Amino acid sequence: MTEYLFIDLDTERWVCRVCDHDLGDARGNYKEGTLVYDRDPREIHQPIIDPDKYEFTFSPDPGYCRILEFYCPGCATQIETEYVPPGHPPTVDMLWDIDALRAQWQARGTDPSTAITYGPGEDVRRHLHAAADTH
Amino acid sequence: MTAVHETPTTELTVQEQEWVDQFMDETTLFLGPDREIMRSHNIAPRSLFEEECIAGGIDVLQIDRIRKRLAGALDEGYEMCEAMGAAPGAKWGDLTTAVYTASGDVTYLSCHGVIAFSAILHHPIRYIMKYWKDEPTVGIHPGDGFIHNDARFGNVHNTDQSMIMPIIRDGEIIAWVAATIHEGENGACEPGGMPSGSETPFDDGLRMSPFKIVERGELRRDLLTFLQHSVRDPKLQLADLKVKIGAVQRIMERVNNLIDEVGVETFVAALRVTVEDVEEEVRRRIKELPDGTVQFNQFMDSTLKENILIKFACKVTVKGEKMTVDLRGTGPEILNRAINSPLCSVKSMFMQAILAFWWPDLPRCTSAMSPIEIISDEHTWADAGYDAPMGQSLQASFRGFSALQASWAKLQFANPEKFSNVLAPWFNQINTFLWGGVTQHGDQVGNLCADLNGMPGGAKPFVDGEDAVSPLFCAMADTAEQEVMEEEVPFMQLVSKRLVRDNMGFGKQTGGMGYEMIVASEGTPLWGFMTVTSGAKFSSIYGMFGGYGSGTYPLARVKGINVYDVLRKDPSRFDLSIEKVMNEQPFEGGQYLTSHMGLQFDVAKDGELYMMSQGAGGGYGDVLERDPNAVARDRELNRISDKVAREIFAVAYDPQTYLVDVEGTKALRAEARRARLERGKPYAEFVKEFVTPEPPKDLLYYGSWGDKADELTATVFDIDGPKRVTAPIAELPIIMLPDRRDLKVAELEARVRELEHKHGENVHRKS
Repeated sequence: MTEYLFIDLDTERWVCRVCDHDLGDARGNYKEGTLVYDRDPREIHQPIIDPDKYEFTFSPDPGYCRILEFYCPGCATQIETEYVPPGHPPTVDMLWDIDALRAQWQARGTDPSTAITYGPGEDVRRHLHAAADTH
Repeated sequence: MTAVHETPTTELTVQEQEWVDQFMDETTLFLGPDREIMRSHNIAPRSLFEEECIAGGIDVLQIDRIRKRLAGALDEGYEMCEAMGAAPGAKWGDLTTAVYTASGDVTYLSCHGVIAFSAILHHPIRYIMKYWKDEPTVGIHPGDGFIHNDARFGNVHNTDQSMIMPIIRDGEIIAWVAATIHEGENGACEPGGMPSGSETPFDDGLRMSPFKIVERGELRRDLLTFLQHSVRDPKLQLADLKVKIGAVQRIMERVNNLIDEVGVETFVAALRVTVEDVEEEVRRRIKELPDGTVQFNQFMDSTLKENILIKFACKVTVKGEKMTVDLRGTGPEILNRAINSPLCSVKSMFMQAILAFWWPDLPRCTSAMSPIEIISDEHTWADAGYDAPMGQSLQASFRGFSALQASWAKLQFANPEKFSNVLAPWFNQINTFLWGGVTQHGDQVGNLCADLNGMPGGAKPFVDGEDAVSPLFCAMADTAEQEVMEEEVPFMQLVSKRLVRDNMGFGKQTGGMGYEMIVASEGTPLWGFMTVTSGAKFSSIYGMFGGYGSGTYPLARVKGINVYDVLRKDPSRFDLSIEKVMNEQPFEGGQYLTSHMGLQFDVAKDGELYMMSQGAGGGYGDVLERDPNAVARDRELNRISDKVAREIFAVAYDPQTYLVDVEGTKALRAEARRARLERGKPYAEFVKEFVTPEPPKDLLYYGSWGDKADELTATVFDIDGPKRVTAPIAELPIIMLPDRRDLKVAELEARVRELEHKHGENVHRKS
């Protein structure tokens, strides 16, 4: 479903693609299975001009903006980030209809793990070959 | 306390209501935008004539040949506009040419140019057909041409002017051809046509509802004169009117030859079938997506006069072949600020995402969006009313683009049938200088630098985003030759295309980088700069699947110096960057200032420095998965700092040779992962600690808080000062913000009184 998440249609669970950690009910919000950290945005987008002299420095204002980092509890992969005002509830960014998803893949009759690519183009094919060679 | 006087309500009888309706029908003061036309982005039903033409039989190869001939004709017209256009926008490709069905649906757009127009120009054509076709004082005749720019009648924004001409055979309109160019200057309250300072619709400049300016092939001199007197650049107004007329007439010549070859019926059938085919294909493609809902919230941090936070909420739901885009929860319109957008402009940027980033292979038709339902509350900043100023409507409409572009990675990830790559967010702000004044040639002008076209691209799962590649609205736009511009305008870009270190969205693959620009004017009796960008406190774009977004961008100025005098005396001091100038403050006596990037027309004296940076594309994936060698290469090229390489990417390397220390990197990354597990809190516990019932007290916040889309939070200013209210959009009071100078004066006066009291000074004042 994303770079780091798949849905096991048999068990109806969200699963981490890196370490197979179970992240919860696939009919619900995968974020509920993650660890979350409230990051001061100045630590990521560091000031380029002197914050002692200037109000605007290339860094977001922590009074306006926070970065929520969502980690897999199994492998600590950062599977999602979200930029929100302080105190704003994390967004439920994806909710999928599992019955429809199952029916869709059954109708296709293909294996999602091989059928899904990053899209068209030479770059994708080169990337897939490189990944296959590595493994 | 504010007294409230409610208007007494009276129920009308049926008879009375009929009288009122009849009176309203018969008594038209003036014709405004037509609600029925403006709310719809659906294609028109087949006309009887189209039915007859299609019933005559369809030869798909013939239709394909017609499409290719149309594409050729439109590209020829496009190139004419680009080569001959006087507007800077025309020279860089910010324009389009298109052919339409008789009822106004875009059938084909030029291959280059701004795709967003395929969702917008059916509005003015439907207006012309509904109101002017049978109007005895107007009418539509062969050779007629209609001009238009007012976004409230259907446009991306008011800088864009269209020339729309009918193709008539046997007395019937069978198609339309149009050319639209970003002209820039339009007589608004500030030069350049997209004023951040507009506080009423009357500050937005020319507001041309569609009207006839070309009669039977002749440009009407009286109307042309009126337009020239209404703008700062009368030469531009004349030149580009002629360019558009010429381009459209050339396209019509090609189209007429085509019609002579294939016949009217085949031609009309080809237009209609193309539109219908695209609609059918879009439904099929939606059906291939997984059913579900993807939600994406954006927060904009500026009205371009003061910092606020206003939400752009978007929820995309797919069920079978139906897709719904729901914007409820988006913040209210602010009735004295320029950031509001009509819904049609937001939809045009939806189309930009759909046809440039979702399905770039489709013909650019109105029908590419018509199967998608769009739900929006009127009088939000993304669906503003007639009375809202819209000078900088791109602030809302570009968020519309990002809403669909960013959501697409999640919507399409699990679909094996893709027509574009999975992609992190594209940069979405207009980081450039607008300018205006008197040139070295004595001409009065107003327009902008092409550098808004240097938006960096988002990262893909397998490759970094491209640096300063193209604006979100035009894949093949040019950033232009600055030296050519300098022959026409009295300022130089002392620094023009210098990448700003660390200015990228970090991730497994990094987003494209943006560059800085430093400008200074010289040798002009009057010159000024403006900026029209948000994102100085809250990042404008975010990352994808664990990647980070862009940083934030200040406007930096050095006033009270003449850099040209300094450099003429000592050319060795010509080594400028924002970082260097602002941190080292090398010019004695200068005032070094930063501010957010909403700058209203600011008079620039000779040699004063204005500095800004382009943004960055979004990063893709976890930073700890980035190839350590790619990090070391970025460090060697000075694209990133040592701090970012070590602290964010957790890569150890030799600072002399830039060779990666493999074991050291493994240790750093293992430690970084361990630290994540230690500081990360289980979701439920985190939410309990982090989430608050409303926004921080002193933040001017507008929009829903969380997922409760039916209620908006807003700070309103009444007689007692600022007050936070939460209510459904229909129950919110009108939102207007106080003049920031009044607030500043009040603050300073309070400080004066405080000091007088502290020092026992008794001052008698009269009011």
